[in-house]
Amino acid sequence: MWVFRFVGLRLVQAVPVLLGISLVAFLAIHLVPGDPVRIMLQGRASDAAVAEIYARLGMDRPLLVQYARFVGRAVTGDLGTSIIQRAPVATIVGERLVPSSFLLVYATLLSVLIAVPLAVWAAARRNRLADHLIRLGGTVSFAMPSFWIGLILILGFGLTLKWFPIAGFGRGFGGHLHHLFLPALTIALFLAPLLIQSLRAAMLDAMTAEHVEVARAKGLSESRILFKYVLRAASIPVVTILAVNIGWLVSGSVIVESVFSVAGLGMLLVHAVSTRDYPVIQGLTLVFAVMVIGTNLLADLAYALIDKRVRAE
Amino acid sequence: MTTTTLAPSALRAEVARWSPSLWIGIGLLAFIVLAGLFAPWLTPYDPLRQDYGAALRAPDAAHWFGTDSLGRDLFTRSLYAIRTDLVIGFWTTYVPMLIGVLLGAYAGLKGGWFDAVLMRVIDTALAFPFLVLIIVILAILGPGTQNIYIAVFLVGWTMYARLARAEMLVESGKDYILAARTLGFPTARILLRHALPNVINSSIVFSMSDFVLNILLVSGLSFLGLGVPAPTPEWGAMVAEGKDFMQQAWWISTLPGLMIVLTGVALALLGDGLTHRLGDRHVTGH
Amino acid sequence: MSQATEPLLRVRDLEIAFKVRGGEVLANRGVSLDVAAGETLGLVGESGSGKSVLCRAILRLLPSPPARTKRGRVLFDGTDLVTLPEARLREIRGTDIAMVFQNPMTSLSPVWPIGDQVTEGLRIHRGMNRIEARERGIALLQSIGIPEAARRYDDHPWQWSGGMLQRAVIAMAMACSPRLLLADEPTTALDVTIQEQILALLTDLQARSGMAMVLVSHDIGVVAETCDRIAVMYAGMLVETGPAAEVFGRPRHPYTLGLMRSSPRMDEHAERLQPIPGQPPDLAKLAAGCPFVDRCAFAREDCRHAPVALREVAQGHASACLFPEAVR
Repeated sequence: MWVFRFVGLRLVQAVPVLLGISLVAFLAIHLVPGDPVRIMLQGRASDAAVAEIYARLGMDRPLLVQYARFVGRAVTGDLGTSIIQRAPVATIVGERLVPSSFLLVYATLLSVLIAVPLAVWAAARRNRLADHLIRLGGTVSFAMPSFWIGLILILGFGLTLKWFPIAGFGRGFGGHLHHLFLPALTIALFLAPLLIQSLRAAMLDAMTAEHVEVARAKGLSESRILFKYVLRAASIPVVTILAVNIGWLVSGSVIVESVFSVAGLGMLLVHAVSTRDYPVIQGLTLVFAVMVIGTNLLADLAYALIDKRVRAE
Repeated sequence: MTTTTLAPSALRAEVARWSPSLWIGIGLLAFIVLAGLFAPWLTPYDPLRQDYGAALRAPDAAHWFGTDSLGRDLFTRSLYAIRTDLVIGFWTTYVPMLIGVLLGAYAGLKGGWFDAVLMRVIDTALAFPFLVLIIVILAILGPGTQNIYIAVFLVGWTMYARLARAEMLVESGKDYILAARTLGFPTARILLRHALPNVINSSIVFSMSDFVLNILLVSGLSFLGLGVPAPTPEWGAMVAEGKDFMQQAWWISTLPGLMIVLTGVALALLGDGLTHRLGDRHVTGH
Repeated sequence: MSQATEPLLRVRDLEIAFKVRGGEVLANRGVSLDVAAGETLGLVGESGSGKSVLCRAILRLLPSPPARTKRGRVLFDGTDLVTLPEARLREIRGTDIAMVFQNPMTSLSPVWPIGDQVTEGLRIHRGMNRIEARERGIALLQSIGIPEAARRYDDHPWQWSGGMLQRAVIAMAMACSPRLLLADEPTTALDVTIQEQILALLTDLQARSGMAMVLVSHDIGVVAETCDRIAVMYAGMLVETGPAAEVFGRPRHPYTLGLMRSSPRMDEHAERLQPIPGQPPDLAKLAAGCPFVDRCAFAREDCRHAPVALREVAQGHASACLFPEAVR
């Protein structure tokens, strides 16, 4: 099966980057100026307790041994232990993974729903008023900080109109959809302009492609040409754009989760930083990076599904 | 590229080629910079002085943006914050650009182990969500303005290095370079003369949106409480301070946030105009 | 040639303008031309002479803006295509009139199987379902010389060579048995050896189906081999039309003569080829008089001022030269 070969190849190619990521995560605790354990315990511990924690975390061994153990455990899904929360990091992170993933997928779908019609409209009316307005709107919303958009949406749709809850994750699928609508919309509002811009450009490219003229000469209707030839060709760059910007999307979600008090990975990160919970920070560093790499892999796969040429390589 | 001589006629010709978005961007940015420079003369208030008697006042003729929970005039604080945010945004954009362009151009020129190592470092850095990496570095170093600088300097150069390296590779594959090589001319010198303007161009275009992103980053970090410490006026921190007062005092968060939008739009328009002016060759990603 | 019946296609005084910065450029300047049922018309001229624009204008494929039909009619079987509603025009495209383009590599969408694209017209215009279309499509691919057509039906364009792709594009055009085929430089992008095969295929298909064909080429040798009648275009105008034997036997326009003398296939006995001096004129800056005047060996003073138009010089043979007798 080409899928396995394809994924396997990409994973092998990702090995150097994965090593680099693990090194960054590993060093996160060792580069802390001063004694990380004492900082974590905020000076409330006896020397014996500190030594005990050092031993428990394995931080009394040579660095190289520690790193090997760190990587070995991470591969098996063991991300260490949070001293502050007295729980395995993998468990803490695992609980937060669902709301964050839900939010990211929701936001991506919303931004596609916003971007595709507007991009099609802008491309069809290029250099006319609608096109200019859509592009201007993109510039403005690119400059809007997500925490500010979030607060405006809270003010308008939450506090004033009371249409949507302003915090939390909700219960059940419907509850999640309802609770996360405003956070997802916030993210979609800064992701959509980027999608619109690239989709519009890709559509203009695709519209002038010779095979579109050929399709027209065959007597196909404009709508069939648009959906069968132009959008399909233009969807390839969009998949790439989404994948390339997954890091940006995750960055945005960190802030948006804080604004809307969604108990996801982003809020966990901010909380861990303020409580100096280094094992959690380490674990999150790994998880975030793996999310980015995984998404890029999925995008490559989607790309290969749309355009079969890639498979042959 | 056009010449850089600034004879009056050349300058006039240059200005004649500016697009409306470039004009509006430059005008808006100049307006904002001047407002920041002359803040003390534009407002009678002190950005730091607390006045509990005047707390949570809605916008009116005396307080255009209203006052916050400590009775500080928000318009005054927004003006002074121009200094904070633009200065941090400037340095966090252009120091990494300088580092990145030099490293990337050198790697593209030399190749070999230096290029290989640099590319692995860049790939690793770009595998992290940018904000997450910055937050992790701040978690190590502790929050604060100085550590924001260090964190962004450590990470921000990677995009520029990648851009500059790509430009250098394109240029070094061109026919005239090959011709020069076959004739035994020193390629490094030719490349620097021809490639550097291109390398810089694409980086300058990218730097305009990077500037916006960095202002959003700094204000975002301050919003999360990891950035510019209180009571220094800073837009993101001001928005955060208003978060708990949304219901009774909507202006605390919304109006300072508008300043971020205004500055971002100015820079984005400027970037748009520059992209067209410098030739529409470079599509920038983030 | 059938003189008795009405021609299948009649282009009358067609004028196509392109909007450019600060004005417009006429890419077709009053073109009139007939194509009879079953005949092959060769349309020749240098690139930029307006041949491709004419072909696209017939099917109204030019993007508007910038292109605009300022004047003229395109009568296909008595129906004016210029004013026909878009929906009716779509019924004619691909069924009555089909087109083959220059570059087979870009003529097919890279993301769909070739067979689906070849038979798309059958599904759209003839209402065939996927299974019927597939059966017919495989037969079509076989008839134009694709080996193992059934197996290769689901291939993607990148898996085929340029010559095979052009066969597929031709099959796609032939799917609904058109009465007129517009072939716009169908061999230009191909290797010389493949060119001959594609030309042979086109002539063969035409003989079998009895359709009319407009074969566009910048290579006068290509049209000389295959066409009944010739139309020579220069600077957006027709400068000479007539039966192939007549036009090449006794060219009455200096441009036609120039093309023949600069073509290796036409000028067998000449020791060396003579390129036409100079460059084609800038269409935006055409003055009155003959557009060829600056490159013409026979030019006289009158040529700079007198308006030029096609005039009959012999039975069915017309030239736009003011002094057709002087050309030799």
